[in-house]
Amino acid sequence: MGAFSDLLLIAAEEAEHAEIHAGDGGWWADTAGIMLILPFVAYLLIIFFGKRLKYQGGEFAVGALAINLLWATVLFVMNMTGGVLDQTTFEIARIGSDLVFELGWVVDGLSIMMYFLVNFVGLLVFIYALGYMEGDVRVANFFASFSIFAGAMLVLVGAPNLIQLIVGWEGVGLASYLLIGHYWEDMDNVKAGNKAFMTNKVADVGLILGAILLGLAIGDFDFGHLSEAAVAGNVELNAVALTGGFLLFFGAMGKSAQFPLHIWLPDAMAGPTPVSALMHAATMVTAGIYLMARVFPLFQNMAQDARPWMIAIGAITLFAIGLLALVANDIKKVLAYSTVSQLGYMMTAVAAGGYTAGLFHLFTHAFFKALLFLGAGSVIHAVHSNDMKDMGGLRKYMPTTYWTFIVGSLALAGIFPLAGFWSKDEILATLGHEGYTTVMWIAIAGAFVTAFYMTRAVALTFFGEYKGHGKPHESGKLMARPLIGLAIPSIFVGVLNIPGVDWPGIGNFTEWLGVRVVAMGDYHPESVDFGLAAVGLAAALLGIVVGWMIWGADRKTQEERDSFAVPVLYPLLRQKYYIDHAALGIVGATTGPLARFVDWTNTYIIDGIVNGVGALTRGLGTFVYGILDQRGVDGIFNGLSAVADSAGSGLRKLQTGRIQQYAASFVAGAIVLAVVFVLVS
Amino acid sequence: MEWFDTWGLTLIVFLPLAGALLLGLLPRDNEDALKGTALVVTLAAFGLSLLMITQYDFGGGSYNTYQFEVNETWIGAINSNYHIGVDGISLPLLVLSTFVMVLSVIYSWNHWEEPYNPKGFLILMLILATGMNGTFVALDLVLFFIFFEVVLLPMYFMIGIWGDRTPRKIPGFSREIETRLYASIKFFLFTLFGSAFMLLGFLALYFRSGEFGDRTFDIIQLTELGGMGAFTGTFAFLVFGAMFLGFAVKVPMWPLHTWLPDAHTAAPTVGSVLLAAILLKLGSYAFIRISIPILPEEAASWAPAIAILAVIGIIYGSLACLAQTDMKRLIAFSSVGHMGFVMLGIATMTDIGINAAIIGMVAHGLITGLLFFLAGSMSHRYHTREMARLGGNMKLMPIMGGILAFTAMASLGLPGLAGFWGEFMALVGSYNPLDGLPLGVFRTSMVLGAIGTVLTAGYMLYMLQKVNLGEPKEEWLDKEFHDVDRFEMTAWVPLIILIVIIGFYPRIVFESTTDTVVSLVDTVFGSEITASLNSGG
Repeated sequence: MGAFSDLLLIAAEEAEHAEIHAGDGGWWADTAGIMLILPFVAYLLIIFFGKRLKYQGGEFAVGALAINLLWATVLFVMNMTGGVLDQTTFEIARIGSDLVFELGWVVDGLSIMMYFLVNFVGLLVFIYALGYMEGDVRVANFFASFSIFAGAMLVLVGAPNLIQLIVGWEGVGLASYLLIGHYWEDMDNVKAGNKAFMTNKVADVGLILGAILLGLAIGDFDFGHLSEAAVAGNVELNAVALTGGFLLFFGAMGKSAQFPLHIWLPDAMAGPTPVSALMHAATMVTAGIYLMARVFPLFQNMAQDARPWMIAIGAITLFAIGLLALVANDIKKVLAYSTVSQLGYMMTAVAAGGYTAGLFHLFTHAFFKALLFLGAGSVIHAVHSNDMKDMGGLRKYMPTTYWTFIVGSLALAGIFPLAGFWSKDEILATLGHEGYTTVMWIAIAGAFVTAFYMTRAVALTFFGEYKGHGKPHESGKLMARPLIGLAIPSIFVGVLNIPGVDWPGIGNFTEWLGVRVVAMGDYHPESVDFGLAAVGLAAALLGIVVGWMIWGADRKTQEERDSFAVPVLYPLLRQKYYIDHAALGIVGATTGPLARFVDWTNTYIIDGIVNGVGALTRGLGTFVYGILDQRGVDGIFNGLSAVADSAGSGLRKLQTGRIQQYAASFVAGAIVLAVVFVLVS
Repeated sequence: MEWFDTWGLTLIVFLPLAGALLLGLLPRDNEDALKGTALVVTLAAFGLSLLMITQYDFGGGSYNTYQFEVNETWIGAINSNYHIGVDGISLPLLVLSTFVMVLSVIYSWNHWEEPYNPKGFLILMLILATGMNGTFVALDLVLFFIFFEVVLLPMYFMIGIWGDRTPRKIPGFSREIETRLYASIKFFLFTLFGSAFMLLGFLALYFRSGEFGDRTFDIIQLTELGGMGAFTGTFAFLVFGAMFLGFAVKVPMWPLHTWLPDAHTAAPTVGSVLLAAILLKLGSYAFIRISIPILPEEAASWAPAIAILAVIGIIYGSLACLAQTDMKRLIAFSSVGHMGFVMLGIATMTDIGINAAIIGMVAHGLITGLLFFLAGSMSHRYHTREMARLGGNMKLMPIMGGILAFTAMASLGLPGLAGFWGEFMALVGSYNPLDGLPLGVFRTSMVLGAIGTVLTAGYMLYMLQKVNLGEPKEEWLDKEFHDVDRFEMTAWVPLIILIVIIGFYPRIVFESTTDTVVSLVDTVFGSEITASLNSGG
């Protein structure tokens, strides 16, 4: 545990300097690694014993996360009340004195928040899945992959260094590939899984190269050392900080679905709905934001020049991709585009220097987006279709789903006093304070769009007349209770971080997240800016009103109401700005022909030469053998041939019988050349 | 354990050969005795190599010193000795070799290709084992050459006799030829071509190593001479080039790789496994054992060229994979890419890069070995390797499909599995190659290599999509499929476990290699060489 003592030392100095007060978390922090391991234990148990149980091993998955949640909650509370800062690492490889690789877990404000989020949301989604997946073709496989999904995410957020982060990062990617392609009989689902994996793999090139650049500059891959070096102005790190920062950001763009690498996320809806809920809330897509937050000091102190680009990407993502939710008819795709847009908010915030603002939105969003997806799943379960054209009027049949979905939608739209209001407002305040006024107005416009498409989704799904088949009914308890379990935090968690409010004894979210080895030095508003909050809220309310006028009002026919579309934008939006076409077109147009060209080269050029040389050598061999033979030095060669002959006696039956001649020629040639060579030199 | 210090290594090398002789005496139709003997012999060699790990002094892993060393006069006239020994670099490869051999024997228990004849096949396998083990421990160039070549014949016969009989039209040939005949002769001639140059290089070193009577083939002595600058100038350049040809064919490096897809595709399953798992490593091992220490200055000046060829191999091999329709051929081409990473690591001439190369070799041996086992077992059941005809394997054989998916993930370098370290550390090494090497070449190589990992993922997912997923084709629906049987399971589970363990705890390889590699790099690339590189020499 070499680097650990170093780190604590730095942590102590820094903590003193930045007045970060924290304990070491005692036994709970020392054993926190159990959270990273239990899901994998559950995986093995499911694989080997799952099929014998009622829920085919879902029991193990739920059990693992339940135990995890205990740890996460204890740490969360400890961090609220006094701060926890600890790190445990094990050396897994050492190359000379140059390079050390470690695995372990970090326990600080950021990771504790993520531990809690992943395990809390994960547990509820897992319980929900027990009901949702009943009767599925491969329940055990599903829960096995689901456990890897949660486990890999915990490995990622617990990572004390870039290497372990990469392990978790790609592990999450693997699990999402398996889960998106859960119904692999259908090639469309397989292709969606491939698209997700490949898009992420492209982005991972950035992450891996960035890790190499930054890691070699500071001598190891430890996040604590990286933050420390960034704050201290390490010269070598400074030299590569901008490039490294861009590369890491490119990696984050893939996982967190930033424009134009967002294309995989809507297709990822091919997986069962609980997968989408987990993927869009706590795991997978939050990884990129998490990474940016983890290396925040790098961008804050060194790679500032990368930030305008990151903000621009985030702003495009939050607005332009949010618009796509307006034209989607698949309820899950509406939510998927919404996620992309909200990730744009988070990225913009973190890039603008709003470490807390971005993460707070990540935190609140996880609850209401998981809620919305589970609600959508409940609807899909009832009507057996994803298409909102097959829904309508469901509020009468599915009251719990309806009410919780309304809560989720209002929270997402940013309606006071629900969770989303507070976190979105903080992002707006940060953007305004840091001088990104244009982006702030884009974000306000985005709030309008968000409310607009959510109103559409709610109206098409729950209002009007039911247009599907059969009589839909409310989902069972296993599915309904997690909805309630997520609706409650979706209403209340916003109050954890009201600017200027310190809750007695526990402080606020900003303080909890600030428990890091170095001070983040980010901006957070000291008091509520009522003017800005009112503007943000007005945009959202306007979105609801306009949306309701279009989709909710009693228009002449059902048809007309459902197919209403914004006339000018519609074609562009339906084609998703042609980005998918462009991306797939480019890949298809280059890789395929290139691969065929390489194969052709291999067969006709390189092998052509090989076969040609073969034929030539055969002729030459016979010729040389003949000449040498006639000149009477055949004694040596006969001897050599005899050796080759006996070795190749079986060979002759198979072949033309010439092998031993070539062998003899080669060996003889080599000896002759060697002698010549030595004499000459 | 005194007997073990002197006899252990010799036993590991020659037990298989003794086993082969024993098998020759056994009757052809007593198969159980034949298989049993082969298993006992390979298990014994593996057990001894494990014992060697326990007896090995890991603290003393310094460069150019060997343990379990035996040095006896052999061919006195040319000062060639029976000189063998292991160090931190060869130990993991030796263990890999004996380990995979055991699994191959277990697997062959009930997997025989036409024309059957287990006796002949097992004898060839055991001879192969001696050749491979011997190559990893030989410390005398003549001895090394002999072991290196001993490998050739059994593999030639395996491919030529038990190989794929499908007639194939080869471009440039007028008639259709059976795949096995073309592939075996190509394999043989290609390797022999390289070996001839290699031998030439060895002989040249011998003649330059001293006055008549003092000349030596001894790797330790030659390394010392090389370190003192005995081999320089055009002579060293040509010798390095000659040995390079020999080793590069074996690796194989682009553009000398074209024997490999043919040989792999045509070879019987166990042949492919051994070829991929061990034989390919003989070449890259030889670079580390012979070329670099004896001709360090030349190695450094060849390094950029090696890196460029390695990167071409990575990109080219991956692209070629994407164009394949034959599953086994796809896996074969993937070796070109993976060995590209190994060679890129070596080309950096750093401790990180060379360690990357060794763990890359071990991981590739385990992973690609397993992939070839799977490809073999699948074509055993489907009687085709055409991916267009396969599909829905997960439905027909879920366990086989699951293992295939796992192995494909390992092969594409998923972090947390063994394949990751070799690739990742080769890239790390390329960022900071040996002081004085051109940064531009190596950093471009790093970026291209990283892009290569994307292509690798691409073809592995493509293979899974074609083979594993989707609905099974109609022609298979009324057929009965046996999922993984117990011999296959016994052979594969150890590989799976090791792939995971090395993935999470690469130290079990590095513990052996690091000290030796670090001391190798520090010694042979001391300040003089980097200074001369820096001054443009």
